[in-house]
Amino acid sequence: MAKSIDVSDLDIYYGDFLAVESVNMTIPARSVTALIGPSGCGKSTFLRSLNRMHEAIPGARVDGKIIVDGQSLYDPGVDPVEVRRMVGMVFQRPNPFPTMSIYENVLAGLRLNNKKLKKSAADQVVEKSLKGANLWNEVKDRLGKPGMGLSGGQQQRLCIARAIAVEPQVLLMDEPCSALDPISTSAIEDLIHELKSEYTIVIVTHNMQQAARVSEDTAFFNIAGTGKPGKLIEMNPTKKIFSVPDEPATEAYISGRFG
Amino acid sequence: MSTTTQAPRGSAPTRVQSLQRPRLPRWAPLLVALGAVAGAALLGLLLGWGLLSTGFVALLLFVVLMPVWSLVVENRRAAVDRLMTSLVWSAFLIALVPLLSLIWTVVSKGAPQINATFLTFSQFRTDLSQPVGIYHALIGTLLITLGATVIAVPIGIFTAIYIVEYGQKGRLARSITFLVDVMTGIPSIVAGLFAFALWILLFGPSARAGLGGSIALAILMIPIVVRSTEEMLRLVPDDLREASYALGVPKWRTIAKVVLPTALGGIVTGVTLAIARVVGETAPLLLIAGLTTRTNFNLFDGRMTTLPVLIFTQNANPGIPPPSGGEPPGIGIAWGGAFVLIVIVMLLNLVARVVGKYFAPKTGH
Ligand SMILES: Nc1ncnc2c1ncn2[C@@H]1O[C@H](COP(=O)(O)OP(=O)(O)O)[C@@H](O)[C@H]1O
Ligand SMILES: [Mg+2]
Repeated sequence: MAKSIDVSDLDIYYGDFLAVESVNMTIPARSVTALIGPSGCGKSTFLRSLNRMHEAIPGARVDGKIIVDGQSLYDPGVDPVEVRRMVGMVFQRPNPFPTMSIYENVLAGLRLNNKKLKKSAADQVVEKSLKGANLWNEVKDRLGKPGMGLSGGQQQRLCIARAIAVEPQVLLMDEPCSALDPISTSAIEDLIHELKSEYTIVIVTHNMQQAARVSEDTAFFNIAGTGKPGKLIEMNPTKKIFSVPDEPATEAYISGRFG
Repeated sequence: MSTTTQAPRGSAPTRVQSLQRPRLPRWAPLLVALGAVAGAALLGLLLGWGLLSTGFVALLLFVVLMPVWSLVVENRRAAVDRLMTSLVWSAFLIALVPLLSLIWTVVSKGAPQINATFLTFSQFRTDLSQPVGIYHALIGTLLITLGATVIAVPIGIFTAIYIVEYGQKGRLARSITFLVDVMTGIPSIVAGLFAFALWILLFGPSARAGLGGSIALAILMIPIVVRSTEEMLRLVPDDLREASYALGVPKWRTIAKVVLPTALGGIVTGVTLAIARVVGETAPLLLIAGLTTRTNFNLFDGRMTTLPVLIFTQNANPGIPPPSGGEPPGIGIAWGGAFVLIVIVMLLNLVARVVGKYFAPKTGH
């Protein structure tokens, strides 16, 4: 079910401001691809263009092609809502729905889309998704309690469960651990390891060790200065990026000598 | 760096700075307050002041004495702090005076009027010996306000949704916001005249109906509902909208199922307060809903009395005082009506609080 993503000549704008310039990359299926780079270089912007969340911001637009499974995401006939059902997303800050219980949060993607589910089928989806997110054992006795009552790390795993409950083919994660403590972070990294057998995962991270630990491939973005567009500098297997990168800029950033 | 000159870790610093300062005892404000009241009372007795001026002088004494004492014993910063605290408390007490006096007057004069007869009989009678009450006005108030709510709430909420979720600070959204602000300032009599004119144009010069009153009140309610709903919708974090979009939920469904439920507590509170605001309106209803002594359950036809209109007319034409002396009967009815009206508004406020709590997003802590 996982799909690879082909990006060609992608320019991403906020109004007139070109935030990311001419990205070309291929994100392989059933593997984890990490996006690294300094703040403001357009990692989030690029990630959000992969499921057409970018255009939720007024004035934001995209030039170029993104092809998932032979379909071009930005073709005129394509419904962004359908794209988002296929390409799920987990955000930097955990954002469970505050009016819903844990159970309802997991089912939100289905329920909000008015899917009629039998009780038994719904229970199954909830259990499978929470197990998939390594959260089942911690919450199985309090599924009716509010999702906001969980710890930050549990909330983030709840958000992952919510994202995989709609069975997307690609999972985008924007710094999913940056608001979490080391133990929760390691729980989520384990989870990413397990998920990659079924999903194509793209993860933005500021943590080099994390990129090295979880990803197969790494893409390094950089920015020439404020107001300049971000660019993809290099994309290579993670092992290579962290040992013998092609570009001196990548080497400088990874070894902390970045200016 | 030489290690020999460095003081060992954890040793006491050479210069100990005292953290002690002279402080007034905890009970100092209470003492000053008692003193101020006693002093003012003494002066008042000697010079024959009324209660209000005595209280005012006591407040003044407190505001002056407290900082002065503090300045002598403590320091300047503490004195300024005491002065500001005293001023804030005085402002609070002064604001409380009219409120308490109003509630006391209405309760003491209105509560004795309340009994089953008063609440369940209308003023319509065919014989002078029959009892009268405010039932017709109670029904009128409830129905007309209900009508106004039914008209104003959907319009208000949908307008707010447009402004916040779809308008995106465009020209249309900004002009709507401006017009809503203008509407907030419409005097109620103008709203009444508008509804009156509308009604006459539609149904002829002698038409009267409670619904006309509902329209007038709705015009007053709409801007309040729009404003409060707008505020509540803006408080819903964009994170939640994005989380919903990212699950492949269309925008309108996101608004209906995520944004509105999250803001529901605040919206309901705003609506309830808007109702409380218009339930006491007299002027527009006097014009359009008219006056009757009979109970009218039909919002769409015929005159309808509401509590404020009843209070107004009973006060203006209280009737003939009983031969045995005392107040004319209308005055008692007016106080009773005022009491019931205040109780209704208080209940509405209470309901708003309970409902707001009930619908507020649960944190689980
Ligand atoms: N909502 C927005 N409106 C306008 N500009 C934005 C918006 N979000 C991000 N940007 C700009 O786009 C550039 C890339 O930002 P972002 O993708 O958030 O970087 P990163 O995630 O790599 O830190 C930055 O210059 C930022 O100022
Ligand atoms: Mg970012």
